Formats: sequence, structure tokens, C-alpha cells
Amino acid sequence: MTARIVALHGAVIVALFLAQFVASDYAVLTITRIMVLAVYALGYNILFGYAGLLSLGHAMFFATGLYGAALGVTRLGMAAPEAFLFATFCGVIVSIVIGFVALRASGVAFMIVTLMFSQAAFLAVLYFGDITRGDEGIVIKDGQRMFPLFGVPMNLADPVLRYNIALAFLAVAIVLCLIAVRSKIGHVLVAIRENESRTAMLGYDVKRYKLIAFVLSGSFAAVSGAAYALLFAYAGSTLASIQYSIHPLLWTLLGGAATVLGPVLGTALMFLLVDFASGFTSASLLFVGVALILLVLFFPKGILGTLRQRYWRWLP
Amino acid sequence: MAFFPHLLLALLEGTVAAAVLALSALGLSLVFGVMRVVNVAHGEFFMLGAMLAWFVAKMAPGGPAVGFLAALIVAPLLVGALAFVTERLLLRRINYDPEATIVATIGLMFVIQQLALSVFGADAKAVPAPFSYRIALPWFGFSGYKLFVVVASVALLLGVWWVLAKTKLGLIMRVTQFDRETATAFGIPVNQVYSAVFVAGAALVAIAAVLIVPIQQAHYLMGLDPLLMSFIVVIIGGLGSIKGSVIAAVIIGLSDGVISIFFSPTLASIIATLAVALVLVFRPQGLFGVPAR
Amino acid sequence: MPERKLIVPDKKLISRRSALKLAGAGAAAATMGPGFMRYAQAQSSEPIRIGFQVHKTGIGAAYGKWYEQTTNAAVKLINEAGGIGGRPVEIVAEDDATDPGRGAEVVEKFATQHKCDVAFGTLFSHVVMGSAPRAGELKIPYFVVSEGHHVASGKLNRYTFQPGITDVRSQVISMAPWIAKNLGKKVTMIFPDFAFGYDHRDYFSAAIKAQGGEVNALIPIPPTETSFSRYFAQIPSGTEVIYHVMVGPAVLTFVKELGEFYGSNHPPLFGFIDSLEAVSLKSPGLEFLEGSYFWEAYPRNAGAKPADADTFYRGKVGVDQYGSSVSDPNDVSTYSHMFGCWETLYIIKQAMEAAGYKGPDDRAKLIEAAEAITTIPEGNEHPQGDKVFNGKIHQVFGHQNITQVKGGVGELVYRTTIEEGMYEPEADYTAMPL
Repeated sequence: MTARIVALHGAVIVALFLAQFVASDYAVLTITRIMVLAVYALGYNILFGYAGLLSLGHAMFFATGLYGAALGVTRLGMAAPEAFLFATFCGVIVSIVIGFVALRASGVAFMIVTLMFSQAAFLAVLYFGDITRGDEGIVIKDGQRMFPLFGVPMNLADPVLRYNIALAFLAVAIVLCLIAVRSKIGHVLVAIRENESRTAMLGYDVKRYKLIAFVLSGSFAAVSGAAYALLFAYAGSTLASIQYSIHPLLWTLLGGAATVLGPVLGTALMFLLVDFASGFTSASLLFVGVALILLVLFFPKGILGTLRQRYWRWLP
Repeated sequence: MAFFPHLLLALLEGTVAAAVLALSALGLSLVFGVMRVVNVAHGEFFMLGAMLAWFVAKMAPGGPAVGFLAALIVAPLLVGALAFVTERLLLRRINYDPEATIVATIGLMFVIQQLALSVFGADAKAVPAPFSYRIALPWFGFSGYKLFVVVASVALLLGVWWVLAKTKLGLIMRVTQFDRETATAFGIPVNQVYSAVFVAGAALVAIAAVLIVPIQQAHYLMGLDPLLMSFIVVIIGGLGSIKGSVIAAVIIGLSDGVISIFFSPTLASIIATLAVALVLVFRPQGLFGVPAR
Repeated sequence: MPERKLIVPDKKLISRRSALKLAGAGAAAATMGPGFMRYAQAQSSEPIRIGFQVHKTGIGAAYGKWYEQTTNAAVKLINEAGGIGGRPVEIVAEDDATDPGRGAEVVEKFATQHKCDVAFGTLFSHVVMGSAPRAGELKIPYFVVSEGHHVASGKLNRYTFQPGITDVRSQVISMAPWIAKNLGKKVTMIFPDFAFGYDHRDYFSAAIKAQGGEVNALIPIPPTETSFSRYFAQIPSGTEVIYHVMVGPAVLTFVKELGEFYGSNHPPLFGFIDSLEAVSLKSPGLEFLEGSYFWEAYPRNAGAKPADADTFYRGKVGVDQYGSSVSDPNDVSTYSHMFGCWETLYIIKQAMEAAGYKGPDDRAKLIEAAEAITTIPEGNEHPQGDKVFNGKIHQVFGHQNITQVKGGVGELVYRTTIEEGMYEPEADYTAMPL
């Protein structure tokens, strides 16, 4: 890995760490949320950006993490870290099973298969309303968000602790992404994206690589969902709806698909755009819609993708 | 209620549901079939048709029937015009790339929703049926207009089928659907055919909305349901096969009505969506389609 | 946009009491360094800032519009009368898209960016549930106007209140005696298949049983449903009363199809006005409702002899004697819900003045003052009627109304006592740390 790649990504992580000392209260809270959701987008990008598979159903993995953690804590009596591991485990299992089936389809069929699975998952959350409380959802109480870590009491309601937990997740996710895309896996995925049949002819087990990408992607989404539930103390069916499948697609496209930092940048920018717009207009959806259309028309490669194309060829 | 009347009601409701499904899916099936692109804003075209039906009915003098007939003309024209602009400014510029089309039409979906909210407001709007007649059966009553929707749906489907199967226009569409390059080689103006098909798809779904909205209500978030249901119908029926779509609509409509007598309707929806996913995975050409070349 | 003010950071870092108690080392780090500095207390002439979490878009938008109109009317009135504790009130409204995720972010924004004194105004239960934990952590008092049972159930926290509108449990149990006595004892319930409906199902079933009645069929309807006739077939033939409650954009279709199904020959209908909130009872297809009964928190029809406070309230909000907008009679208000905004704002005023509230550092005092409220008299500030507030569960209790549709408008036939809606508290928020 070249020095400047390490330097760039390291600098982003360090900058985010330092930000908490200077940022306003609101910025700290906002960046926390952006970092948690950026993990979701990073995972989405592995599948969409590198492997070229557009999923319209990632909310089911996000929701798996979300409900795994929330139900783990509230129903199964787990401590927060156990619930997190449990939720991640559920995410891995669900993405293996769904990936195994969905990857038999490709192109538009793949999008709709994932959309339908996700819709079924959303309906299942409503169907099991006596457990999930459906749309109203589950609140994780303060007491359930405290746990000792190596003897030190931790309280997830503390904004500073929460910021640094979110940062840790993001940092790990970025590093994992970097390793993945610069390893053989990443190269094979890109090869599959560019020409699947040729990659297969070269002797690569295309199905296996696609499944790896799918499971990585789904697991990142579940991690993000679990962190969201535990850090922000709420799980509800809205967060499993189609809207939340479209979000990571939008973020990834904006920042730049198939760039490691693109989804992070995209999440942050879109978040700030909506936040800014909703302060003076109720038409924030309009901004999102117009942004999508303009991106597709003029910047199909997103911000970092365009920069890479024009200036920074080395950007991973 | 005793079993027989219950079943009768389920069958009646199922028939209406099938008609609604077939109507909503018709436009999507056409566009999907000929252009091989998924228009995610399809549901919003439906919503716009319903909103326009409400608006026209409110403005038109002389009672619901006049408003209804006026809406049947105005809604497809306006929605078709919007589709025309969309096709020219959006789809053509991204060269009908399937993935880019999905993303762009998701964007369009948000834009249309927001505009509908700003222009028409957030309230659910009731649109009066052109006539109200309650069929009184010994066990329960049933809306006469609902049965009219079934008849209208059959008529519209036959009309579209006739155009596709028996006219030169239909032949051109089928050739284009079969293969874009071949069509170009035969001197068919593919771009114009695409444009026409996209506009026709939108106009059809607007007509469907005008027909259906009196038994529902117009609301700016109503588009998602017809979109998902249309997907289901079109996929199970086989991409691009209108006959398949109709058969699928009948099967889904009736089975949904009957299944939900015995099971929770949410469970019925879960089963239906899972079925679509599995059909796509294991029989991508749909239950009634022929495998792609 | 509200004008920007220069806020000077306070050099003194205030320790975060509860955090210290809970998390020794972690919290010590919190007080020392990153983020979270407290700001100087607002000058006394500065406005009281009330963050208004409003459903401008999303599924709740039809309600949001009326919540906004009522809130603005009340704030105008409060300011004309000298504001709160001599300070003017400023509403900072933000759209939450009726989405719990965005709702939580909006509460964060109120607390830390807009520097609001309190947050207020949420209707939809899932947004309340998503936002309340954030309000609790940021220690910003959060006054919801939701009628959900979430606050009173003890699921939320010490900072969340519902002082302006009764909760669904109270509404439901107070209806059971009247229904059993006047309409019948075999009740079929039709309700939305999600949390709000489950509260109806569970609490009404128990309440009617206590009256010697029974629920002979439960018919849950999924929230995404657009067609309803087939559900009506599940209503058993021995049913004496049909109890219906529905929410969402398809409510009118629901009621219309009920009419098509039965015609004029139906068992007595008892509905919650939620089934027709913001919809005219004179809509075509609703003629069959003539003679049927509705629960209304606050009857939209003023009746022949309206109370002075009611007339006053209608005039200020811009609603006519039938509960429609004065500018457009077809624009029916959400009359049984929106009064909660008005009354909640007056509770905020009362509590702030009782606490001698100066700024965010007095929030704990504000909470305690709000919890200390017990009886609330009827009047211009509380036009729906007198109420009793239970500080332990942060929930208000009030009168409920039963109206009968006559000539397309609801006429009051019974008004419950406050006691009929009381139940044993399940929680005690006052035992939680501030």
C-alpha cells in the first residue's frame, strides 16, 4: 500500500478524532450519526461500487443489525456488547442466506430480488408486531445502555464516548475496505464488474467472490444498524423501509462509487444538505431527488470518482 | 358470516383486486417489455393521475360523471406530457442504461412526490365515483362502481392487446422489443418508438389511476403500493408479456383475496413478495414468459 | 430563518452530574475535553425558544398542517399577553418528515444548535419513540402531543411529557362502560395492525370485560391496506356493536366500504374519530353513518350552546363552528388532536413561570415544576375542558366525549368524567435522576 494512501486515510481518521475537540455540540452529535451511517454506505459500496451489483434491499441487513441489537438488549437480556456481537452474527447469517439466493440473479433482476426480500423483511417486522411493536418501535432504556468494559463502566448515552465508538467503527470499516479492495478480492471484484464472463474464463470462481462481497456488504450494514440501535436507543420499522435501502445508494453515488472514501463523503454531504434544507423548507425530499437526477446526468462517477478520473489516479 | 357468502365476497374482492393490479401494471409491463428499463417513478405517475382526477373533478361543473370523463382525458395527457419530457431530458441522455435509469427515476419519484405535496397538499382526497350504485346482495352490499372498474379494465386490456397484436404500430413495438439493432437495421426509428412507448405507459397508468381512485383516495404517498404491486405482477407474469401480466394479476388478486380469509393479510403480502423474489431467481423469464434469446 | 445571535461560550465547564455518577472514568474525560461545552445563560430579554417538531412531510403531514396553525395561534396569543415570564416566545419549527430517525436528529438540533429551551409538538408515536431517548440524554424537556400510551407506560424518560392530550388507554377505558350500557356487550373490534391498534385492542378488551361484556372478534387491518370489504366479512353475525378505529390516508375508504357492505342495516357503530379525522362527515358515501356514535376528544361541532372558551379558541385558530377552516369549509381540521398543542403550550408557560425559568440551566427546575402540576382548570387556556395531571407518569387525564351523527354533524350525547379515564399508574418518572 503506498504511503500517500495510508497518509490520506489516516489523515481523515485523525481529523475526525480531533474534530471532537473543536466542533460544537451539535456538530459532535451530527458527526456521530454520519459516522455510523457511513459504515452502512462503505459496506454498500463494496457490493455496488466494486462488484457492480446494485442492491435495492440493503435496509434488510441494516434492520437485521438494528433489531438484533434492540431485541437482544430488551428481550434477551443481553448487555450492549453481547447484543452488538449477536446482531452482527445475525447480519452475517442473513446476508449469507440472502446472498446465496439473490446472487443467482443479475442486473435488473438482482435489484428487484433484493428489493422484494427487503420488502418481505419490512413486512415481517410489522407482522411480528407484538414483539417488534411495529412502526412504533422499541426504545432501549438508559439502564440497558450501560455496561462495564474491562471493569470501566461505560454509558452509551454519553456523547463523547458515543462519538469515539462511532469513530472506531468507521476507522475499522475504512481499514477493512482498503485491505479488501487492494487485495486479490478487490481486484477480482472489479474484474467481475467489468467483464464477468471473462473473469470466469480466467478461472476465478465468480460466484464465490460475489458472495464474499455480498456478505461483507451485508455485514457492514448490520454493524451499522446495530450501532445505530445501541447508540441512539431506538429501533422501528421505518428504519427497515425502502427509503433506508435507497439512502446508501444515494450516498455512495454522491461521494463516488468504487472509491473507499467516497461513501463517507457522500453520507456527510447528503446529511448536511438535508439538515440544512429542512431548516427553512419542508421540501428536503426535492433536494434529494434533484441531487440524484443531476448526479446520474452529469457526475455518474460521483465526487471522488470524478476527482480520481481527472487528477488523483492513485485514489483507491 | 357463513362460508359461502364469505367466499363470494372474497372472490368479488379478488376480481376487483385483479383488475386493479392488471390496470396498474399494464403501463409498466409495456415499458419494461419494450425498453427493458425499470421506471421506478411509475407509481408516481399513478399518483399524479389520481391527483389530477381529484383536481379535475373538483373544478369541473356538472357533477361527478362529467369530472370523471374530463379526468379520463386530462390526466393521461398531462402525465403523458411529463413522461415525454422525462424520456427526452433524462432517459435518452443516459442512453437507457438500466441501472442509471433506476437511480434517475428514484430521483424523479422524490421530486414528483414533493411537488404533489406542495401543490395539492397532504390531505387524502376523496374522488366521487361517476355513479354510485350499491348492489344489495342478501348477505352484504357491494359497490357497483367496483364492478365497472373490472369491466373497464378488461376493455382497456383488450384495447392494448389489439394495438400490439393487430396494428402496424404494435408490430414496430414488437420488433423493437425483440432486438434494438435489428429494428434499427429495418429502418425503424427506435428513439421515437421508445419515446412513444414511455409516454403510452405513463398515459395508461394515469387512466388506471382515474379509474381506480374513486375506490381509493388520492394521496401524495400513494404511489409506492401500485409500484410494488406492478413489479410483482410484471415479474411473475414474465417481463414484457402483457398476457402473462394479466394472468399473474388474476392469480395474485384472487389468491390474495382468498388467502386472507384464512391468514393474516400481512402474511399474504410477505408470501407474495417472497414468491416474486424466488420466481426471479429460479425462473427469470417469469411463470409465463419465454426464456430470453 | 431565525436571526443568528452571537453566543459566547462559558469558560466554566459544568460537570455532567448524572454522567459522573454513572461512568467514572469515561465521564471525567467528558468534562475535561471534547465537545459539549455549556453556553452562557440567555439574557432575560431574549425569547424563550420552543423547538417545534412538526410533521410537514411524510404520512403525518395532514395533521402537521393543523398542529402548526394551532401552535402559531397560541403563541401569538401568549406573546400578546406578555410572553412567558415577561419574555417573548419564539417557535423554531423543523420538519421531521414523520420519520423517527430524522425526528431524533431534529431534537438534537433543537437542543444543541438552535439552543431551544424545550422541544414540543410531536404527534406520531414512532417519532416520539425515536426522539424521546435523545431528549432524555440531552436533557431537553420534550412535550409531546401524541395521544399514544408511550409516555404513561413508563417506556420513556423523565424529560418526556404529555400534558395537553389524554392517552389512548385512558380514552379507550372510559368508553367501555357507556358502550356496554347503551349499545351492547358483544363487541367486534376493527383496528390498525400496529402498536396504536394494539393499545386499543388490549385496553378495550380488558375494559369491556370488566363491564360484563366481551370482544367477540378482533379484526386487525394492516397499515398499508387500501381495500377493506373483505375484512368486514369477518364480523360475526351475533355482533351487537362494531368498534372501529383506523388511521392513515385510507380512512375514508375504510368507512365508505363499511357503508357499502352494510347499507343502512348495520349493528350500532362506535368509532374513534381518528377514523375520520380531517374528513367531513358529510362526504359522499358516509350517509349510512347517520345515527352512529363517535368518540371525540373535543367535538368538532360546537353545538347549540358552545362554551365561551370554545368560541374563543375557534376564533383564534381560524376554525368555524363545524370544525372546518374558516377560509375553506371543505378543509376539515384535526379538531380532536390539535387542541393539545394549544393546551401544551399553556402548560409550558405555567411550568416555566412556576419554576422561575431563566434558561437551559433551569431545566431541572422546569421538570419538577411540570411534575408538580395537578389540576388544570377549564378556560381559554384549556378550552377542551378541565384536566388532572399525573406527575408520576407525566400524563394528563381529561373528559372524553361521545357524539352521535345527526344530520351529518356530531351531537354530544355523553361527556365522561375525568375519573372514568383513570387507571393505576404503571411507572414513576419522578424516581428517575434528573
